Amino acid sequence: MPSKLKMCLTACLIASATVPLGAQGFAATKTKTAATTNANPRGQILALSCAGCHGTDGKSVGIIPSFYGKSPEYLESALKDFKSGARVSTVMGRHAKGYTDEEIHQIAQYFGTVWKKTK
Amino acid sequence: MSTNISRRDFNKLLLTGVAGATMGLFGGSGSAFAASRRVVVIGGGFGGASAAKYLKKLDPSLSVTLVEPKASYATCPFSNWVIGGLKTMPEITQTYAALARRGIVIVPEAAVSVDPVKSTVKLKSGKLLHYDRLVVAPGIDFKWDAYEGYSQGLADSSMPHAYQAGPQTVLLHKQLQAMKDGGTVLICPPANPFRCPPGPYERASLVAHYLKTNKPKSKVIILDPKEKFSKQGLFTKGWQRLYPGMIEWRGPAAGGKIVSVDGASMSVKTELETVKGDVINIIPPQKAGQLAFTLGLTDASGWCPVNPTSFESTIHKNIHVIGDACKAGAMPKSGFAASSQGKVAAAAIIRLLKGQEPVPPSLVNTCYSLLAPGYGISVAGVYQLSPEGITEIPGSGGLTPIDAADDQLEQEAMFAEGWYNNIVRDIWG
Ligand SMILES: Cc1cc2nc3c(=O)[nH]c(=O)nc-3n(C[C@H](O)[C@H](O)[C@H](O)COP(=O)(O)OP(=O)(O)OC[C@H]3O[C@@H](n4cnc5c(N)ncnc54)[C@H](O)[C@@H]3O)c2cc1C
Repeated sequence: MPSKLKMCLTACLIASATVPLGAQGFAATKTKTAATTNANPRGQILALSCAGCHGTDGKSVGIIPSFYGKSPEYLESALKDFKSGARVSTVMGRHAKGYTDEEIHQIAQYFGTVWKKTK
Repeated sequence: MSTNISRRDFNKLLLTGVAGATMGLFGGSGSAFAASRRVVVIGGGFGGASAAKYLKKLDPSLSVTLVEPKASYATCPFSNWVIGGLKTMPEITQTYAALARRGIVIVPEAAVSVDPVKSTVKLKSGKLLHYDRLVVAPGIDFKWDAYEGYSQGLADSSMPHAYQAGPQTVLLHKQLQAMKDGGTVLICPPANPFRCPPGPYERASLVAHYLKTNKPKSKVIILDPKEKFSKQGLFTKGWQRLYPGMIEWRGPAAGGKIVSVDGASMSVKTELETVKGDVINIIPPQKAGQLAFTLGLTDASGWCPVNPTSFESTIHKNIHVIGDACKAGAMPKSGFAASSQGKVAAAAIIRLLKGQEPVPPSLVNTCYSLLAPGYGISVAGVYQLSPEGITEIPGSGGLTPIDAADDQLEQEAMFAEGWYNNIVRDIWG
């Protein structure tokens, strides 16, 4: 089952990025990890919404498109096309209309680079 | 911001010598007390589990504890599919194993009280957990005294609510299986606000699907105290197309308001008449989960007022309330909304613990409803902070078009499953 395999890969990738419990005493040295994901806090807060349908970090296991690993440019133009209606959709257009072009840019920047950090 | 500083934080700041410099506006030097940052989350449903997962994901240095007495969690989303015979309970049951593997400490017991001054949570066993920030996500509770003759005992035996998934879901499904062909199913939703506004109507649809397939002479009557309901146009059209004559909706003027119920005669008395049912699904009016009351987090409405940026309680500082229990402005009480709130609260807590202001929230909701296999509809909403609180962004969101073509409805049914599979992994995976 390819989707099962994908899931396992996802889990393993994420697991390896997680700091073990024992390391918590050195929290101060770990703030770097948090700081990386936090470089774009506005993009982050906007982007977290997407995972509710598209999966954590945009890794979808089923029929909903996965966008993990896509470039910021691709994501930005896709979202703008959903927003304008140039790209036909069931629900994406209704969502994309909720964001300004600047916000779409932020979301694209966040997801277009987050996979490089969780690789 | 300065009003959010608890005495313990303040003492810590004094010890590290930065209090004076940061009381007004925090400068962002969080490492001073980073080593002891503990967040405790109470409730492992859509809201709480999302908060726990994202707290740990976005800041692995945090110590995150999730307090949830149930070893596994049956999701309400898709429980109507179980009632209609389209899914089984194991398919909608989530566990906490993956969250534990992420380094979240899972505490399998109920929280009984909180000392907001000492910042401790007391568990049923008497054990205390210390927190720097607490997230409370207990979901809903029912107003058992809403109708004369109604009680929790009646719900557990003969008139299930099936509005918390688990044994109640199974009971309602079994009652449908046991019902004779030609029977009547009564579905009695509550007035607003309540969990999952389209839930009772998706249920009516999937019950009708089950009956049409297995007991085609039967019917469904919805007794509704509301003038209108979620996705009404789309549901009504779908019912006419899929189940002509099988589903009857009675609004308040047509006797939709229940006065009392009687388990012995399996009947419901409305303002107009007494209606008998072979299966009776009373969905009682709701309020925030009991724990929210115990902790003094509720206001006169029976729900918890929160700061819309951080979901911090406006009653108790350092305690954040998310999900169905909180008052989230225009957002409906849905699992999707609870999860979105959990993430926003997680991001806010991480910043607050570092002495930074939370960024303005961005919140979202999508609720799919299945009317029959291959026939799905949805409502979407994108939310922002405005002077009125959390409001829907004008021009965004909204419903499946009323004239949607069959292939769109079919696609939405597939997306409903795709959504479920992704969100449960996003939360519990
Ligand atoms: C029939 C039905 C269909 C639905 N369909 C959808 C749908 O398709 N999409 C959607 O988005 N939403 C749907 N919902 C709504 C969704 O289920 C709720 O909005 C969601 O569960 C709210 O999440 P929550 O975290 O606030 O509460 P819950 O999910 O109820 O979680 C609360 C948790 O807190 C725990 N808890 C309570 N008290 C304590 C305590 N003292 N100590 C420790 N733990 C405690 C409970 O055990 C529970 O696990 C549906 C609801 C119903 C009833």
